[in-house]
Parts: sequence; C-alpha cells; structure tokens
Amino acid sequence: MTAGYNFAYLDEGTKRMIRRALLKAVAVPGHQVPFGSREMPLAYGWGTGGIQVTAAVIGAADVLKVIDQGSDDTTNAVNIRRFFARTTGVATTERTAEASIIQTRHRIPERPLVEGQILVYQVPQPEPLYKLEPRRTETRKLHGFAEYGLMNVKLYEDIAQWGRIDVSYDYPVRVHGRHVMSPSPIPAFDNPKMHQMPALQLFGAGREKRLYAIPPYTDVHSLDFEDHPFRIEPQGHACVLCGCTTSFKDEVPMDDGSTQWTCSDTDHCRSVQAGHEAEAV
Amino acid sequence: MYIAVKGGERAIEASLRLLDAARRGDRALPALQAPQLREQLGLLVDRVMAEASLYDPDLAALAIQQARGDSIEAVFLLRAYRTTLPRWGFSQPVDTAAMRVRRRVSAIFKDLPGGQLLGPSFDYTQRLLDFGLLQGDPAVDAAPSAAAEPDPGVALSDSVPSPLQLLADEGLIEPCLPSPGDPEPPDITRDPPAHPLPRSARLQMLARADEGWVLGMGYSTQRGYAFTHPFVGELRHGTVALEIVPPELGFAVELGEIALTDCQMVNQFVGSATQPPQFTRGQGLVFGHGERKAMAMSLVDRVLRASEFDEELTSPAQDPEFVLPHGDNVEASGFVQHLKLPHYVTFESELQMIRALREEKAE
Repeated sequence: MTAGYNFAYLDEGTKRMIRRALLKAVAVPGHQVPFGSREMPLAYGWGTGGIQVTAAVIGAADVLKVIDQGSDDTTNAVNIRRFFARTTGVATTERTAEASIIQTRHRIPERPLVEGQILVYQVPQPEPLYKLEPRRTETRKLHGFAEYGLMNVKLYEDIAQWGRIDVSYDYPVRVHGRHVMSPSPIPAFDNPKMHQMPALQLFGAGREKRLYAIPPYTDVHSLDFEDHPFRIEPQGHACVLCGCTTSFKDEVPMDDGSTQWTCSDTDHCRSVQAGHEAEAV
Repeated sequence: MYIAVKGGERAIEASLRLLDAARRGDRALPALQAPQLREQLGLLVDRVMAEASLYDPDLAALAIQQARGDSIEAVFLLRAYRTTLPRWGFSQPVDTAAMRVRRRVSAIFKDLPGGQLLGPSFDYTQRLLDFGLLQGDPAVDAAPSAAAEPDPGVALSDSVPSPLQLLADEGLIEPCLPSPGDPEPPDITRDPPAHPLPRSARLQMLARADEGWVLGMGYSTQRGYAFTHPFVGELRHGTVALEIVPPELGFAVELGEIALTDCQMVNQFVGSATQPPQFTRGQGLVFGHGERKAMAMSLVDRVLRASEFDEELTSPAQDPEFVLPHGDNVEASGFVQHLKLPHYVTFESELQMIRALREEKAE
C-alpha cells in the first residue's frame, strides 16, 4: 500500500459522506442523489465517480475486478485496478465469479451476477433527460413529478421517423415503475441484465456529482411502447476465439480487410474456451 | 491472430518513462528549478493557484514544472493535492480596503483619495520583442539592489474611502452587502452545486474558473449578448493579511499575507419597479496578480445577477447553468479528453444501428 494515504485514498469522513448518499440512493432506486464529489487524482470522465463509490464501499476482504469495454486489460481498467491495488492492497481478479466488487465502464459482464456482489458503474452523464432539457433546475422538477412526456415524445418521434427507437447505448430505463434513469453508456444489449439482478448496482458520476443505485431484485424496464416492445437484436456473429454466439462482440478490422468478431467480455471468452478444453479432455 | 489492446500495464509504464524524458528536454541545458519558475514565471504561477484554488506559490511552480508548462494540467495536479488536505475552517473575510497595494487604478475619477498607482503593468509596453533577453537580463541584474527589490507597496488605510464609497455616500450605487448565508458561505469543493446557486457560490466558481472561458463570457456581454454598461470603479493588486479566529482563543490571529487582485466594476442600471435608478456592482477577486481574470469575472458576476434586477434573460452569459459548470477547466479538460478512452462497445452498438437503418431504407 502507498504510504501517506488513507485506505482507498479518500479520508474516512469523505467515505462516510459517500456511503450516506449511497444509502439514500438505494432507498430511492433510480433517483440521482447529489454528493460532495471530490477532486480525484484521475481525470474527470475517466471514472472518478465509480472510483469514489468503490473507495467508499471497499474493505480489506474484498476482491476487486475492473473492466472497461468488458475487458480487464484495457489501459484505463489497468490503471484503475493499479490505483486500488496501491491504495488498498486488496486482492484483484479478472474472473467475474471471484469478484466481490466489479467496477465497470460501458458493459455488464455476460456471466449472471449473484447475491453479495456489487457492480459499480462509471457514469459520464447521470441525467437521462439532458439532451431534451439541459437545465438541471428543470429536470429535477420533471423527475419530482415523474413527468416523462418529453422522453416519450422523443421515443415516439424516433419510431415515427425511423420505425425504431434510435438509441443503441445508454438506453433509458424506468426503475421499479418510478424514476427514469440512465444505465450509463452500456449497449442496449446489456439492459435486460439489470432487471431483477441479484447483485447490488451502484452508479457514480464524479464530474456531475451524482450517485444513484438499483437494489438487488428490482424491476428495471427499458422504455418502450406496447406496440413497439424493447428488443435487442443479435449481432449474428460467432467469436473467433471461443465460438460463442450469444455474447456482445467487438468488431476487429484485420490488416487484410476482413473483419473478426471477438467477445467483448474477456473473462466470459476465457471461461467458454476453458469449457471447450474441459470437454475435449 | 490479432487481439486488441493487450499489455496495458507495460505500455503505461513505458509511457511514463517517455513523459519524464520529454519533460527534461535537452540534457545539455541546465534543468529548471521550481523556485526559478516561481520567481520568473510569477503570473503563470498566480493563474495556476487561482484556478486550482490553492494559495501555494512553491507547489504551483512545482506543478507547472511537472506539467511541462501545461497550465490546465498543473491546475489539475494542484487540485488533486488540495483535495487531500484537511479543512480546518474559514478565514476572516479579507479586507481589500486595507490592502498594501502595488497597483491601483480607477477609470471613473481622474484623481482620487490615495491616488492612482501604476505599479508593474504591461499596459503601456509597446509589445516589441526584447531580443536583449536572449543574452540574459544584464540591465536588471546590474541595477542597484534597491531598484530590483520588490515594491514594498503602499498601505491604503481604512480612512481613505474607495471611489465606490464616494458614490455610495450619495446613494448613487447599491450598497455593498454580504450575500445571504454569510459569514459561512457554501464550499463548492465540498457541497454538490444545487442550482440556482447563491452569489457567494457563483463567485467561488468564477474565481477558479478558466481564465479564457471567463474572459470570453465577459467579452460577450460587451458585444451585445446582454449588456452591463461597465466602468472600472477600481482595480487593485497587492497583499492582504489573512486572519483566522481559533475557537480556543476567540480573537483573530494573523496567519500571513496573500496577494490578490480585486476589481470593482460599476454598472449602469436604469431602475425597475422596485429599485431606483442607481449604479450596480460586479466583483472580481482572484489570487495573485490577475487583472484580466478579475475584470472579466466582475463583468460575469454582474451579468449573472440579471434576475435580481428584473433584467430580460437573452444571452448565454446570463445563464448560470451554462456559464458556471462549463468554466471548470479540470472538469472540461477531463471530459473532452476522455473521448480518447476506448469507446468500441458504444461505437459497435451505433454501427449496428446505422447498418440496420440503412438496410431498412434500402428495402
């Protein structure tokens, strides 16, 4: 551990302030709770909200996994994992099943999470209505009155114009029939995983100074209409490494002009490959 | 087989080594020392202290050196250090009327009690490159030490009224009253902003906002995007005493002095249903010597008070939710540059969507 800093970098008073805000967030699922976001030694937009949430909830016995784009090995994920390894000394892992806390940017792991696990999302823009109404003084009122007409009109206009809802990531959800919430920029493909998830889902937006949460076993519905139900479309490719056809794929252009598809979730890919090897033995 | 972005940890370590080498530059030249920066790039040090909201010239100079002269990166370094410091309490409000001024000008009276004091200023230089500096600074170095010593400054005593006080005595300008909530204002580094913000919080955000942003916003009000009809009532730079009242003692103790720049802008106001015609005030106050920032800040402060004076809201500079959050250069720099991070999951989702839309259109 790095000398001269408190466990998990933040001082205990700050961590307690964040945990209090998180308790409120859990009590009102999907509601954005303002918090005294601190200046972190990593840049805004690079996960300062998620890092503060993780720092506030992590303990010495936790096992931490950090992913960016589904992968443990992208530079930002490496950097954040290194940060917590230095400032807490906790064990880290690349395996979804072994982790007690998973901090993520832009993905939900393919492997279903279980009770006792915490999924911490890095959130760039917690306000799901900001493209429709940029003034937070107004959006706060809209959430207060559950007045989501603006959003419904936007989705309706998409369908009228394109025949479909023109949102492929950060697809808005309604949490337990009350608050409309940004799921962070995960692909719409991942949205169904949030519904009735046994794990606790915590969301941190450092620059915007907001936290929110989805407690375990909470209803999370992607916004849609009765005659235009939300659906995810399969990408229609198999992973060149593990052969999986159901996971979310990265599209990798090759030098020869061809395209390869690989699992975005590297732990999922590795465990599917290991499964094949076990079958082959 | 090609597998994307492996070996992130080794790549980061190599990048850090390259960064150190790039910072040092040509090793045939002597290495810079932070005290040299503090003394010879003082205005940059002041700007970094102001935008980091931490008054420490030595650490600001170190941050500038470490950041290779990138002022926003230096601000970021200093703020990331500041956030780890305990907050013991508030100082007493500083009394800029009792400032030991090195410079003080007023544009509204030809002469005034206390006089005009030009001090060190670029204002009347002719912006000709001084090629002699390439051979060092022999003229200054050779001058008698008395001339090279910093100007000790002139203390303006409390009994010398500020030019605005003369107007206030006649009732021609709004009185200078503390914001509601004083003496304990919100702390924008601890409390999440809840718009609409009180003026004390707006001034805090402006004081550490990016100088370029505040300058542009202030300038926009001079070009017809809202009006402020401004006059520089007084602009002063110098040092003030910083005092705290320890609870154990119950009386003020001086901690030392800090340098500040204070701008009192006087603005025309024709009156409203509830207020008589009178001049109004905009204030700018920044660490160190930062006249451009203090003046621009005073313009923006005044224009953000539009609703106080029932003025029509027509322009970006009048909208605190536009002006204030977007002036934080550490937040802005981080979020703009985070676009460098991988976005291939969201991009892949968009690709899928575009392909599907194109297919449907072709059908």
